[in-house]
Amino acid sequence: MIKIEKLHKSYPIGKDSLHVLKGLDLHIKEGEFVAIMGSSGSGKSTLLNIVGLLDNHDEGNYYLNGQLIENLDEKKAAILRNKFLGFVFQSFNLITYKTAVENVALPLYYQGVGRAERQKIALQYLNKVGLKDRANHLPNELSGGEKQRVAVARALATQPKVVLADEPTGALDSATSASVMQLLKDINREGMTVFVITHEEDIAEQTDRIVRLKDGVIISDEKVNKTVNA
Amino acid sequence: MFDLDRWLEIFQTIRKNKLRTALSGFTIAFAILLFTLLFGVGNGLKHTFEKQFAGDSQNSIYIRSGRTTKPYKGLQSGRTIQFRNDDSKFMNEEFEDKIQYFSPNIERFMQAIYKGEQNNYTVRGVYPDYQPLESAVIQDGRFLTYLDIEKRAKVVAIGRLVEKDLFGVLSAVGKNINLEGISYKVVGVFNDPGGDNDERFIYTPFTTFQGMYKPNDEIDRFGLTFNPSLTVDEALAFSNLLTKMLKEKHNIDPRDQGAIRVQNYAEGTKNVQAFMMVLNIIILFIGIGTLVAGIIGISNIMVYIVKERTKELGIRKALGATPNSIVGMIMMESIFITALAGYSGLLIGVFTLKAIGKSLEKYFILNPSVETYVVIGATIVLVIAGTIAGYIPAKRAAGIKPIVALNDE
Repeated sequence: MIKIEKLHKSYPIGKDSLHVLKGLDLHIKEGEFVAIMGSSGSGKSTLLNIVGLLDNHDEGNYYLNGQLIENLDEKKAAILRNKFLGFVFQSFNLITYKTAVENVALPLYYQGVGRAERQKIALQYLNKVGLKDRANHLPNELSGGEKQRVAVARALATQPKVVLADEPTGALDSATSASVMQLLKDINREGMTVFVITHEEDIAEQTDRIVRLKDGVIISDEKVNKTVNA
Repeated sequence: MFDLDRWLEIFQTIRKNKLRTALSGFTIAFAILLFTLLFGVGNGLKHTFEKQFAGDSQNSIYIRSGRTTKPYKGLQSGRTIQFRNDDSKFMNEEFEDKIQYFSPNIERFMQAIYKGEQNNYTVRGVYPDYQPLESAVIQDGRFLTYLDIEKRAKVVAIGRLVEKDLFGVLSAVGKNINLEGISYKVVGVFNDPGGDNDERFIYTPFTTFQGMYKPNDEIDRFGLTFNPSLTVDEALAFSNLLTKMLKEKHNIDPRDQGAIRVQNYAEGTKNVQAFMMVLNIIILFIGIGTLVAGIIGISNIMVYIVKERTKELGIRKALGATPNSIVGMIMMESIFITALAGYSGLLIGVFTLKAIGKSLEKYFILNPSVETYVVIGATIVLVIAGTIAGYIPAKRAAGIKPIVALNDE
């Protein structure tokens, strides 16, 4: 699903440049539940941005769903994002003046889905995350956990290939964190590839595979022992 | 272009972001309102001014004769100069291309009687060309014609107030009035923007009048208008030349100011035009100033709006909005708001001018109004300015990497 070969990325800082990703190789298959772990500055956010087509890489190859990503202009990136990727952010990033159901329907709007159909699909996914009764509430009327679940519903609405979650529980207390992680696990169980970025050990533990990043290189890549959790 | 879904999305944004909408709408509406009011009041001043000078044709010249004040070529001073029919012919031949309307003119103060009603009026023997000279407007019947001149018809055209004095509420056309014993048929009634005095004249064919009351071929004065294509300076040069040639013809010292008196409205017109030009420049300046202030206002607000929306735009991009759809959304929103607000500012302005117009008359502001095309033009300028002002930051916002926009707290 996601295949990365010798990926490099640096950011210019004044006259110098900061080499953030130093030749990453990573292969994530369809249906996997992967956590990228690392402290801040390890390059994990940069990796997510590149995988999420929110930023472009300098060197190396990136295949998304078998398609080589290169010479991507903003328009093509937007279309690919809309089609293949669903995002869940630490700070939820819901549009404040839209209700829950409108937020979930927004990516469908950019897909050109009709209004009634959008509404129907959005409600369906809100139901899936258990928030059907909160459909017409604005984000500031929802709790943190509810907001993140709306964001998950929004990420799922276009039936993407991969859900990318950037510190999805970073702004949540442990109880709501658990419910959001449970939701991601449920989605994964239904066959969705889920890609989580976190610096919390116990969050990473709940996934199937942990990739540890330090100073722009992968230091370990191991399966989680499921028997512990089971 | 018309995509209902897209408009619904835009309407929602407009509705849910009232402060933003109100800010940009208010700026535009207020700019157009100010523009309309200032322009309207300026035009009102102009109208007052124009009305003050509407009495006679702006390009008219009147020539009358008097006594010489200087001896010349062996002739004594104090000699009476008398215009005659050959002066009429002379001027028409010499200045055919410079003269637009021309009429010699004899006048007498006479008693007019109609069925027991009587009053004294100035009666003038004139040519048909005299009507445009006086800016007289026929309200009933007709003015004198060349046929009347030729036939020496005993007809008169009377002023509106003459009709009122002698005929009361009745119509004078077709009736006969008596001028010192001779009966004249009234063929027309005229009014004159010059005011009451000008509406108490009686006009009769020049030939009729000359034959009856003047010995031989004497003429009291000439009225003419110069060709309107002449500039003010050309017109002044023309009247100077005309004066000079008439003085030569009658053996008058060129420096003699008394023998032939020329009254050229072009002189006044020159001052009026200069004043009008200054007034127009002031109005234009006010108009442009208001517009520029409006343009700056809307530009600032558009920059602020796009800045404020950076994060939202980042979210939209992450969810699959293309840069073009972002730019399009901001543009359509801003055009919609500015056009609507501009139109309401225009309506408020026009109605305000209508409402207060009457009460401003005592401040020399007459019928303050703005030509529709001017306000609509101004509105369009502001809408375009708002669009350009929105386009630049929108384009930049659409180009920002979504990740940068998302981190913008």
